[in-house]
Amino acid sequence: MRNSALTFGLIVCVLLVGSLTGAGAAELVKYTVKDGAIAQSLTGKKGNPAKGRKAAIHRKKGNCLACHKMPVPEQLFHGNVGPDLAKVGERYSEGELRLRLVNSKAINEDTTMPAFYRTAGLHRVMKQWKGKTILSASEVEDIVAYLVTLR
Amino acid sequence: MTYKSAAAYVVGGLVALGMLASASAPMAEGYENMVGDKKSGYHYSTPATQSIQDDDFNNPSFLWVDQGEQLWSKVDGKAGKSCATCHDAAAKSMKGVGATYPKIDAKSGKLINIEQRINSCRKNNMQAKPWKWESNQLLGMTAFVKLQSRGMPVNVSIDGAAKPYYEKGKNFYNQRRGMLDMSCSGCHVENAGKMVRADLLSNGFSNGFPTYRLKWQKLGSLHRRFRGCNKNIRAQPYKAGSDEYTALELFVTHRSNGLKVESPSVRR
Ligand code: HEC
Ligand code: HEC
Ligand code: HEC
Repeated sequence: MRNSALTFGLIVCVLLVGSLTGAGAAELVKYTVKDGAIAQSLTGKKGNPAKGRKAAIHRKKGNCLACHKMPVPEQLFHGNVGPDLAKVGERYSEGELRLRLVNSKAINEDTTMPAFYRTAGLHRVMKQWKGKTILSASEVEDIVAYLVTLR
Repeated sequence: MTYKSAAAYVVGGLVALGMLASASAPMAEGYENMVGDKKSGYHYSTPATQSIQDDDFNNPSFLWVDQGEQLWSKVDGKAGKSCATCHDAAAKSMKGVGATYPKIDAKSGKLINIEQRINSCRKNNMQAKPWKWESNQLLGMTAFVKLQSRGMPVNVSIDGAAKPYYEKGKNFYNQRRGMLDMSCSGCHVENAGKMVRADLLSNGFSNGFPTYRLKWQKLGSLHRRFRGCNKNIRAQPYKAGSDEYTALELFVTHRSNGLKVESPSVRR
């Protein structure tokens, strides 16, 4: 985990260079991974947990219910590919949750969970999604702020 | 749903043990399609969906099958022939054929699936225009030909010239793709039996195709399903009938070997 700060720095550099040539691809915010966490907010601000809850449920955004049971009783049919997120705010720090959302493959490279803030290393992404991230930096922060409240 | 389908397994198990077996029992009661640890997608369907498949009079696929049956003896093309001119009664000539495709075509040396086989007969043996992929004619004829193998075990070969296609299909199956960065095996092997939202993940076998999907309100090909499974993870799909999907079909169908042909099945 300790050397991953370096590795991620490098990957982010490549991404930034890559995105200059990409057609209209948004630049990724640079971040540092240390001790299995991203301590700094991607936007420099605290996210909005109410908006985060909505973005987590939204099928075209987080769509977290596809794989997770969550304390969202108004929605039917929660998936069970991943663990129940009910008390996830007790299990992990804010920074650990942020890394899981940004790129859970940095923690377990075999995980089924998509990296929500990454564009590198993907194969045959549909044209309209090329160079884009599933969630924007501020949506990541909103969802992190929401997950922290799950206690 | 899981509880009910568990009950169906128990019933199936009892039938297998000969405890409930009765020749007059309706198909629904004891219908079972498993070998070893392979379970047909049928067993992942809800009892309501299963019951539509169980009865050919309820199964909407048979609208297409009927069309296929009519086309079988309809003269078409410059050669003035129908399928029946050369193949006679499908019940005899096509029995078991559908269970062995995709297969290497002796003439071209290429891997072809049953749709491509049918269209090659239209083109080369009838001098008729090939049917469009996903057209009612091609779906109907495919379903009609496959129906002649219903109940027989899927039995595709991956020997000899088929081997490289199999390897290609296997690579496709295991490669992560799309914005969600997932592979076929990520869902249909590693997470089979789990729920993705309201969908119970099956092993993604091909023994029921073409299938009537309630979502499509139509009979659909295996390659249409491949496209859907690619698009759901925001991966650029291939064309139906492409070499990539035919190789993938060989891999998926070889995984299904031993399961009974269920075509034309009904799925959600
Ligand atoms: C395609 C399935 C999938 C989707 C979609 C998904 N996850 Fe996950 N998630 C997993 C799996 C599987 C794990 C288990 C960890 C592993 O595989 O390494 C996991 C683990 C987690 C964990 C750690 C939980 C723990 O107890 O260790 C968090 C937090 C998490 N996911 C949050 C989310 C959020 C928030 C979303 C939506 C933005 C989301 N996930 C979407 C599959 C998914
Ligand atoms: C002029 C004769 C002729 C006509 C008409 C014809 N076929 Fe064929 N068909 C053949 C021959 C010969 C083969 C053996 C492979 C080959 O050499 O093309 C064959 C093979 C097949 C096979 C594969 C059999 C196997 O054992 O693998 C299928 C399926 C098939 N035909 C379906 C059809 C259908 C459906 C039609 C009508 C749309 C049709 N054929 C029309 C001559 C014909
Ligand atoms: C995100 C998960 C996911 C991925 C990845 C995925 N599928 Fe599926 N697939 C599904 C779901 C959900 C269904 C409908 C329920 C079921 O049968 O599993 C399905 C159904 C199928 C079926 C129909 C099974 C039947 O009995 O009718 C086939 C075949 C299939 N998938 C093949 C594939 C192939 C090949 C790939 C890779 C190109 C793939 N899938 C990738 C989720 C997925």
